[in-house]
Amino acid sequence: MFRHIMAPVDLAHAGRIEAALKTTGELARHYGARVTYVAVHGSEPGSVAHTPEEFASKLGAFAAAEAERHGIETAAHDVVSHDPAVDLDDKLLAAADEIGADLIAMASHVPGLADHLWPSNGGKIARHAKVSTFIIRGL
Amino acid sequence: MSDDTENHGIPAPEGASDVIETEYSVGQDNIETQIGPFGLDIHNPVFMISGLAIVVFVFYTLALPEQAGSVFSWLFDTVTKSFDWFFLSAANIFVLFCLLLIVTPVGSVRLGGAEARPDYGYIGWFAMLFAAGMGIGLMFYGVSEPLTHFGTSLGGVTVGENGVRTDWAPLGGAEGDVIAAERLGFAATIFHWGLHPWAIYAVVALALALFSYNKGLPLTIRSAFYPILGERVWGWWGHVIDVLAVFATLFGLATSLGFGATQANAGLNELFGVPIGSTTQVLLISGITAIALVSVLRGLDGGVKVLSEINMGLAFLLLLFVLLVGPTLATLTGFVDYLGAYLQHLPALSNPVGREDLNFEQGWTSFYWAWWISWSPFVGMFIARVSRGRTVREFIVCVLLIPSLVCILWMSVFGGVAVDQVVSDGYTAAQDAPLELKLFKMLAELPLAGITSIIGIVLVIVFFVTSSDSGSLVIDTITAGGKVDAPVPQRVFWCIFEGAVAIVLLLSAGGLASLQSMVISTGLPFTIVLLVMCVAIWRGLMAERRS
Repeated sequence: MFRHIMAPVDLAHAGRIEAALKTTGELARHYGARVTYVAVHGSEPGSVAHTPEEFASKLGAFAAAEAERHGIETAAHDVVSHDPAVDLDDKLLAAADEIGADLIAMASHVPGLADHLWPSNGGKIARHAKVSTFIIRGL
Repeated sequence: MSDDTENHGIPAPEGASDVIETEYSVGQDNIETQIGPFGLDIHNPVFMISGLAIVVFVFYTLALPEQAGSVFSWLFDTVTKSFDWFFLSAANIFVLFCLLLIVTPVGSVRLGGAEARPDYGYIGWFAMLFAAGMGIGLMFYGVSEPLTHFGTSLGGVTVGENGVRTDWAPLGGAEGDVIAAERLGFAATIFHWGLHPWAIYAVVALALALFSYNKGLPLTIRSAFYPILGERVWGWWGHVIDVLAVFATLFGLATSLGFGATQANAGLNELFGVPIGSTTQVLLISGITAIALVSVLRGLDGGVKVLSEINMGLAFLLLLFVLLVGPTLATLTGFVDYLGAYLQHLPALSNPVGREDLNFEQGWTSFYWAWWISWSPFVGMFIARVSRGRTVREFIVCVLLIPSLVCILWMSVFGGVAVDQVVSDGYTAAQDAPLELKLFKMLAELPLAGITSIIGIVLVIVFFVTSSDSGSLVIDTITAGGKVDAPVPQRVFWCIFEGAVAIVLLLSAGGLASLQSMVISTGLPFTIVLLVMCVAIWRGLMAERRS
């Protein structure tokens, strides 16, 4: 049913989204779908990498490790943003179109009062994405 | 390894760009936590100390206004009067250093590595660095400063009983000679708004961009000190540098927002009869902060960049209008003539020792240099943030030469028309008006004054909004240890905090003035910081690949 899953990831907090990563791996195996791990980052040095090139290669290594772990076909797609904290959702939505994903699978926290004021990334993606979106609550 | 030791820990170039090998990773000292519904990702010592110190200073100023006022004004006087030679010499060094970078082969080093491509096109980039750099100042001083220096120059030299000059004329003045006074007045104005301030910004911006994009260190002020302090830069040395930068930025923005509100209030009163008072001013600050918050939430591309482009467009239209309806030909010849006068008087104006025009040199030049330098962490950091992918040569030309030329043109047109109104028409309303009304009085004498005055007010307000927004961005990045992807609520916090500090200071008698004196005094330690940055830039560039 699904052929290409987009999995937005935050490499700085990969440990926290384990539930989502595992579910994504299982979904991909079930449908025989390909997974593209997408990360949005700035060009300034950050906690993951010193340069955008280093970030891209780390994301590539992450995707390869996930392929090995779940026995699935994966790819990596990194998006450089001028202001990653603000542009994250829009860049992810654009990336879903660009790579031609038919399912987005991502982690999100359990919504609370603050989500009325400040919607979560997962919430915004689910609301605006053109394709099916699977939010995995793990936090 | 031999290269490493020879080059103060900076590795020799191998690939497109070589990062400095350090044990430190961006954000390692950060605290990630949840306060109520909001996530936080902050550099603990820097965030807490700067936040608390700001609150302590505000309380001190409120609790003991007279003492704070006298302490800060003493500090300000000492700094600008005793260290005038230091500010003037340092600023000359920054200009020469930048010009040197253009002509030497290191000018071809690209920020972000040989393969990097510019993040922004020329128009967006230029609009942003101009709006952050001096947009608001041009609105207030474009008319006022040429008029003042023209007036004092024409008045000539007066000597007091003790043999010390009591006049405020630049250099030897030009008593009774209208043409020479005009030339000297404009040369002095351009001197304060041309190469020197932009060289100050360029040094800070280049240091930060180089050590962040090419060397892989966090985008924060302390990183430029790595070649000098080594790993110690991640400890208290670095904390002090960053806290000082946050401090200068927040108080600089808050005090200018407070004064800006008073000035905008005066303008609105003149044009629409809006009452002058703290209620209007508090509403203005709240309004500016609210618009800045919307801009903060729209991010760098959707907020600051869009506003900067709108402002550049409006400012250009206003400039074109004043040029066309004023004495066009005289203004254009004036531009060339004033540029020549600037170059002619530059050596004497920038001379740091043996000056006789002490009032001008200490009260204007030294004050301005301290002022630009205290703004430089904010403006430099913001320019660095948007300048990835440019070569050093292109960077210096666009941050130093082009803005200087634009400022000269702006001053020649606005100041030129105002001076012409005095000389040719005997219209002295602009000359006699208080600072905040000079622009509007000058516009009042030209056609369509109603429309142009409204454009003027919109420009003032939007320039404040962009400052508030980009300031929040810069303070947030520094207090998040150089992280640019910290949660947005932190930026919102700084934006509101800045507005709140401005309101509290506005409501206390003399609070704004005394804290502004303190901010300008931070120019002194930052001058040392900037001189060190020049050394660091040179060492850093020598180890980069040239394209």
